Amino acid sequence: MGRQVLLIEDEPNITEAIRFLLTRDGWQVATHADGGNAVDVIRAIRPDLVILDVMLPGKSGIDIVRDLREIEQLRALPVLMLTARGQLRDREMAERAGVTRFMTKPFSNAEVLAAVRDLNAQASGG
Amino acid sequence: MATLNLLILVSLAYVALLFIIAFVADRLAVTGRSTWLRTPLVYTLSLSVYCTAWTFYGAVGYAARSGLEYVTIYLGPTLVMVGWWWGLRKLVRIGRSQRVTSIADLISSRYGKSNLLAIGVTVLAVIGVTPYIALQLQSITLSFSIFFRDEGRSYSDTTVVLWVAAGLAVFAILFGTRNLDANERHHGVVTAIALEAVVKLVALLAVGIFVVWGMSGGIAGTMARIDASPIGQWQVDGGRWAAITFLAAAAFVCLPRVFQVMIVENDDERHLRTAAWAFPLYLLLISLFVVPIAAVGLDVLPPGSNPDLFVLTVPLSQGKDGLAMLTFLGGFSSAMSMVIVAAMALSTMVSNQIVMPIWLNARGGGASVSGDVRHIVLLSRRIAIAVIMALGYFYFELSGGGTALASIGLISFAGVAQILPALVGGLFWRGATRAGALAGLSVGFALWTYTMLLPGIGGGVITDALMQNGPFGIGWLRPHALFGIEGMDPTVHAVMWSMSLNATVFCLVSMAGFPGPLERLQGAQFVNVFDHSAGPRGWTGSVAQSEDLMIMSQRIMGAREAVDFFRREAASQGGRGHLPEPTPLFLDRLERELAGSVGAATAHAMIGQIVGGSSVSVEDLLAVANESAQLMEYSSQLEAKSAELSRTARQLRDANAKLTQISLQKDAFLSQISHELRTPMTSIRAFSEILRDTEGLAIEERNRCASIIHDETLRLTRLLNDLLDLSVLENGQVNLNLSRGNLGDVLDRALSTALTGVERPLSVRRRGSAEAVTINTDLDRLAQVFINLIANAQKYCDAERPELTVSVHDLNGKVAVDFIDNGSGIPKEVQAVVFEKFFRISGEKAGGAGLGLAICREIMHRLGGEVAYLGGHSGSAFRVSLLAESEVAAR
Amino acid sequence: MSGAGRSRTGGPDDPHVPRNPAPPPVFLERQSYRRRRLSDAARLLPLLGAALFAVPLLWPVAPDGDPARQMPTSAALFYIFAVWAGLIVVNAVFAWLSRRSGEGGQDPGEG
Repeated sequence: MGRQVLLIEDEPNITEAIRFLLTRDGWQVATHADGGNAVDVIRAIRPDLVILDVMLPGKSGIDIVRDLREIEQLRALPVLMLTARGQLRDREMAERAGVTRFMTKPFSNAEVLAAVRDLNAQASGG
Repeated sequence: MATLNLLILVSLAYVALLFIIAFVADRLAVTGRSTWLRTPLVYTLSLSVYCTAWTFYGAVGYAARSGLEYVTIYLGPTLVMVGWWWGLRKLVRIGRSQRVTSIADLISSRYGKSNLLAIGVTVLAVIGVTPYIALQLQSITLSFSIFFRDEGRSYSDTTVVLWVAAGLAVFAILFGTRNLDANERHHGVVTAIALEAVVKLVALLAVGIFVVWGMSGGIAGTMARIDASPIGQWQVDGGRWAAITFLAAAAFVCLPRVFQVMIVENDDERHLRTAAWAFPLYLLLISLFVVPIAAVGLDVLPPGSNPDLFVLTVPLSQGKDGLAMLTFLGGFSSAMSMVIVAAMALSTMVSNQIVMPIWLNARGGGASVSGDVRHIVLLSRRIAIAVIMALGYFYFELSGGGTALASIGLISFAGVAQILPALVGGLFWRGATRAGALAGLSVGFALWTYTMLLPGIGGGVITDALMQNGPFGIGWLRPHALFGIEGMDPTVHAVMWSMSLNATVFCLVSMAGFPGPLERLQGAQFVNVFDHSAGPRGWTGSVAQSEDLMIMSQRIMGAREAVDFFRREAASQGGRGHLPEPTPLFLDRLERELAGSVGAATAHAMIGQIVGGSSVSVEDLLAVANESAQLMEYSSQLEAKSAELSRTARQLRDANAKLTQISLQKDAFLSQISHELRTPMTSIRAFSEILRDTEGLAIEERNRCASIIHDETLRLTRLLNDLLDLSVLENGQVNLNLSRGNLGDVLDRALSTALTGVERPLSVRRRGSAEAVTINTDLDRLAQVFINLIANAQKYCDAERPELTVSVHDLNGKVAVDFIDNGSGIPKEVQAVVFEKFFRISGEKAGGAGLGLAICREIMHRLGGEVAYLGGHSGSAFRVSLLAESEVAAR
Repeated sequence: MSGAGRSRTGGPDDPHVPRNPAPPPVFLERQSYRRRRLSDAARLLPLLGAALFAVPLLWPVAPDGDPARQMPTSAALFYIFAVWAGLIVVNAVFAWLSRRSGEGGQDPGEG
């Protein structure tokens, strides 16, 4: 059975594109569009990987990662962060918060796939 | 005889000499080379203004009538001078430390600067002294008449008196009101008076010596002749002897002219020590030959001769014309010096105590001695002198110049002596009050007028019937037998009653009353003048308390600075300890030091208070007040400046904050734009890659991808359009397309545009007939604003049945269009920023870039109206307001 | 009357009790002691003068013209002028003495 990816993104078109990609690659894709209860959703679904947008309604992606890293079971959960703000400061902030990988929009589909595979390999390998 | 012409010539020459001497002395004083003028000798001689023509001529007449009683007139002042330690010393010190200008000033000053009292004393002095001036005029006229009679020429009293009075007035005006010295010193006049004193003494001595050795064969012969004369026995009434001695002593202190030369013109307190014996000596010499001249005159001259003129007629009868002329000059001098000084003193009183207060009151302004005030003072003094001389002249004319004048001397003495209780009480008794002084003075003045002045001057003011039976037949009110005590000498009677009741009332009222603060301050300054004031020059610090000074300095300079300063000074004095001795040098330095902080006058007054170097006068207080005012003004200026400074600082802070904010806004703006551009581009890229890379996509999937790409492209276009629109609006490059239209039509159009093609349009309620207003503006742009607001409501209203109310009101000449929905509204904390670019309520994503409201704001700004968020509604509420018929210039 | 305020220091002869660290010597120097006694005498002089000038009040005034009971004017003249001159001389001597002792020191007039 395929590994599960949780995609948290409030832009429906982007969600649709990524879901299409990952599903074709053999992932189980769950989606969620709100930042406010994102942590609870992650806790409930226990995905193998989270793809997280920064600008989310309710709570920013950075804050969600910070909260995740506070939770024992979710500390090692790989998080791929997508952001439309490509500035260096945003990247640094994301890494300090505990983001595993950082990716700037617009990305190429190949990049996303590669990153997801890579993260998954790291997680299962380590 | 050619003596008359010679006499007139000599008199004129003498007057000219006096003019020159007075002029030179004034010049010397101005240039500061007048040290020789300020000798104890000149001071002593100037005191001889006490000896007037009344004493020069009248003493002999007095002796011829009443024997030795005349000597009491000199014994009184002698005792006062001998007792200088008790009274005069204090008076002179107070006069200097308080810068007293007249006796009225002194009394008023002592009793809390009472104007009423000053006026009272001035009036009393004028009433008391004016007849006395007439007496001097009479004496000059009489002495002239002797020469005229000898010459056998026609003679007019009136003309001579008029000329004499006018001449004396001119002299007094010229030298008494030349300058306005703060100390009221007149060196010229004083020097001239000193010379006159010498002339009258020499003249009288010369006559005396001639009488004793030239006519009576030496002392023994003279004594025998005296004993053989009608005044050969002691026949002086004891009561009169004591009363007149007392009266003379009192008058010597209170007479304005004596006060003028003794207190006001005093240059150096130490002169008093010399005058204490020298002036009694002068008095002794001037009265030494009075009895011999009287006795010889009675013997030699025919019966019926006027004894008042013996001094002149005895030498003339012996053919000694030169001696007679000298005598004439002596008498002339006596009269002249008295009149001039009296006129000067009275004019000072009148101008300072009556004219100036009235003038300053009338002007209602500040009381600073500046140019115009100075002019007024001098003018008022000149006029006062002229008026006083005129009064003297008219008094002489009215009284007929008869023997009635002879008694004026004592009457005048008794009048001014009424000041004595207030004066002595003021000097020695701190309990003396203004009310007491006023009451005592009034009682004394009334009694003196009733018992002495009115009966004395004759002229039928008091009728014989009144004298005999009293007013309205009330016997115990008879002027010469008050309270039924009869048989007393009228003079003794008047003096006793007026002085004793004056003093009693003064004491009683003083004890019953309570002095005001200024009165108490002045009382302490006067009574304890020796504790409060130092010697003639500078600070002596005899009673200075270094510790007091230290405490005061600490308050002013600050504790550490004061201690440092005192220690430095102590070290420089080579002393041990940390407190320096209060040497004059140290005090001067300290004053300078303090003056830097509080101003010179304040510093002087403060040190003066502690050291007692000089008492605080009202001038000092005024100066202090002036300084305080300046300091206050300065500090308020500082305050204003510091307020301005903090205002500027605040503005700078605000500007800085704004700049920082703008910078942040710019960053945020770029970041936002980046985000807004990247988001649709992400979708486009992703789906275009899917289209490219994915094989075997179903046709509907391909269509789906293409339509998403299409939508996102539209979104990008919209965003760019908005940005451009906003940029154009913000830069003011927009062209307004003004046209006239109906507001309702614009709303209709906006509503249909905004809600067309919307799935679930909100229901719109329109209220207000005011929609039918005509507006002149860019209707398309206005519609754009309306569309934006309606679309927002459509998009964000979270009510179950969304509803938008559009109402139009007239608002003070403006048209206000409100858009209120029934949603949950915009949170209070972000209401202020809804119009900022890229503002979005969190959670809102769909479509908008957050530029709509920013564009609305810019549009309304261009149209001369505004759009604002209306607080206080449950839903979100926006108000667009614009001028009805607004004529918006194309910008 | 003392309620109106308080005098800061006493008269010239009061023992001066300053708060300065250096109080004046308690035992007066001979010279200043002289000076103070001199000022005492100067103060008494006018009282003496008044008393002496009051003596004529005791002289008989006899309007009846009895020569035996009358005071001749020459004698009265002599008495009065002698007292007068005496006062002047004594006062002059005081002034001279106080000026001499006051030189270089404090004026006795400024207790």
